[in-house]
Amino acid sequence: MCMKSFTKIGLQRWLTRSLAAIALAGAVAFAAPVQANDTIKIGFSMALTGGLAGAGKGALIAMQVWAEDVNAKGGLLGKQVELIYYDDQTNPANVPGIYAKLLDVDEVDFVVSGYGTNLIAPAMPLVMQRGLVFPSLFGLAVNEKFNYPNYFQIMPSGPEPMTDWSRGFFEVAMAQDPPPKTIALVGADAEFAKNAVNGARTNAEKYGLEVVYDESYPPKTADYTPIVNAIQARSPDIVYVGSYPPDSVGMVKAATEVGLKTRMFGGGMVGLQFASIMTALGPKLNGIVNYDFWVPEPTLQFEGVEAFLAKYQKAAEGQGVDPLGFYLQPYAYAYLQVLEQGITGTGSMDHAAIGEFIRNNEFDTVVGKVSFAPNGEWANTRVLMVQYQGIEDNELATFATAGTRVVLYPAEWTSGTVNYPYAQ
Amino acid sequence: MFTIDLLLNALVAGVLLGGFYAAVSLGLTVSFGQLNIVNIAHPAFIILGSYIAYMCNSLWGLDPILVGIIFIPVFFLIGAGAYRLYYESFERKDDEALRGLAFFFGVMFIIEVGLIMVYGVDFRSVQASYIGQNLRVGGVGVPTRMLVPFCVAVAMFSAVYLYMSRTFNGRAIKAVAQDRLALQLMAADPVKIKQLGFGISIGTAALAGALLIIIIPVEPSVGRLYIGQVFAIAVLAGLGSIPGTLVAGIVLGIAESLVSTFFGPSWAPAVAFGILLLALAFRPQGLFGR
Repeated sequence: MCMKSFTKIGLQRWLTRSLAAIALAGAVAFAAPVQANDTIKIGFSMALTGGLAGAGKGALIAMQVWAEDVNAKGGLLGKQVELIYYDDQTNPANVPGIYAKLLDVDEVDFVVSGYGTNLIAPAMPLVMQRGLVFPSLFGLAVNEKFNYPNYFQIMPSGPEPMTDWSRGFFEVAMAQDPPPKTIALVGADAEFAKNAVNGARTNAEKYGLEVVYDESYPPKTADYTPIVNAIQARSPDIVYVGSYPPDSVGMVKAATEVGLKTRMFGGGMVGLQFASIMTALGPKLNGIVNYDFWVPEPTLQFEGVEAFLAKYQKAAEGQGVDPLGFYLQPYAYAYLQVLEQGITGTGSMDHAAIGEFIRNNEFDTVVGKVSFAPNGEWANTRVLMVQYQGIEDNELATFATAGTRVVLYPAEWTSGTVNYPYAQ
Repeated sequence: MFTIDLLLNALVAGVLLGGFYAAVSLGLTVSFGQLNIVNIAHPAFIILGSYIAYMCNSLWGLDPILVGIIFIPVFFLIGAGAYRLYYESFERKDDEALRGLAFFFGVMFIIEVGLIMVYGVDFRSVQASYIGQNLRVGGVGVPTRMLVPFCVAVAMFSAVYLYMSRTFNGRAIKAVAQDRLALQLMAADPVKIKQLGFGISIGTAALAGALLIIIIPVEPSVGRLYIGQVFAIAVLAGLGSIPGTLVAGIVLGIAESLVSTFFGPSWAPAVAFGILLLALAFRPQGLFGR
């Protein structure tokens, strides 16, 4: 009897709750289109935890600054912009599911990529299947195999990303007297670093350099002293490194400790652009020639970049992210500016029309004028080669001012001359 | 290319690296090897130790190793508390196999997320006078960034080894997973003994974390990279052998260093784990296991 009463009460509760849930779902279903008409939803995955989170979280803040700026100006096509994002945990396996959810559950209007080669490529098949415009954030040569016409890469690698990435390093080296004859190539056994070193290998052949050391290392390597010793034993004239942040630190420390004797050292070391790593290494960075995308040199003061950085730096306070935001952040803002100008330029949300518009126009962004080659990369390379010079302390302010990262390449943006040779 | 200098440099670098590997594996040797507790969260405790060293170093300029030593008792208490929770929730009900594993996975994620919430996801490093210096003995370079952690690791091993072999409680820790009943007959409480052992295991993580951040920059999830390595060293040592852990760490360190120098660093993990497989094939109990 007691059980029967309980069951009856339970059934009543279940029915009441079910009806409430159905009513709520109905309300949401009817409310959703109204909300959808008022906003433009932009979805993406982002590395907010895991190995790339340092840059990913910084990129997210930059994107939020863009959304605030656009909404303050009245939105896009009269609609407010809403960013919908999920943490991909720096795990490529999470990416396809996130984009499927964004498109089918969240019903976003546009998607843009997360940060990094490994986390962009997994989204490509779904994006291509749906025919979406896909502004992309810092993937190296991702579209080489996909050849997708609506892919637009904001990283200024250039139309031949694999080789353009390291071209500046070789151009700077070959312009010295005497020019180098031998090179050591070393990189992490991971997607980006492999691409960077592959491009450097091709460039070494093109410039007639003999490769005397060519090895990759596992990303969890703890001590780089044996690697630097092995490189030193072969006495290369220049050393090109393709590495991720922890390995970059390990390589720089080992090169300093071993006293690496070579004429140029650096190239494709990710992380040396991050404020936390620059302040940790301080004077050990002096002489290194490495890629960069934006540094506070007088030749790179594009319209809007200073205002953006001021907003970013304020928003980044206490967030545990890069406090300067020079590396990735202006580009995270800029790839949304390209999408913004594509939408306003066509006056529509039609992906095919927007893709066509982006392919055929030049865009004013906080990273300067941007136009795209047919493969979706920048029409002209602007991978900067900078040299760390005159660093005497580990203070953040040192790296926030001009003169500590002098631009050596491309010639159009040069802000100083190279100290050659590099010798520890 | 082979030269004697290169060989000597590789051997020295390998020994120093091995000492560091052993230091981060010591806690697992105690918990996994001696107490039979599969503490997947051990690397996360090490990262917690790294962040505490970072905090004290950046705020007050304290030496990271000094911070590590100061925080050993704090970590000991955290470890003892964590074991009590683990015991009451799982071990007492003979439910530790799968749920216990899930518990430590949970602890690992809580530590990681906690660190992200407090410190964010940026890389963190410490400053100390011995970072970036290099001693030269003939043609051999000895980076003090590796030498100091090695010396500290040897000192930590000596202290734990002496405690485990010379004191009643230490010997009880070694015995508790093998024969609880015998331990009870000696008037020792197995639960308290395991609590003590697990406290020591986590205590070592405070110092190991300080050593880690001296060698590489850390971010909250970096501990996951080393889970395989620390378990491999604990297993190669012979699950529970403290001198064995030091030797196994140094063996793997030397193997990695020699292979990196002469055959290319991409082969280093294959050779290191090849040694583990060979050791287990010919000596399943590990190098120093009984």
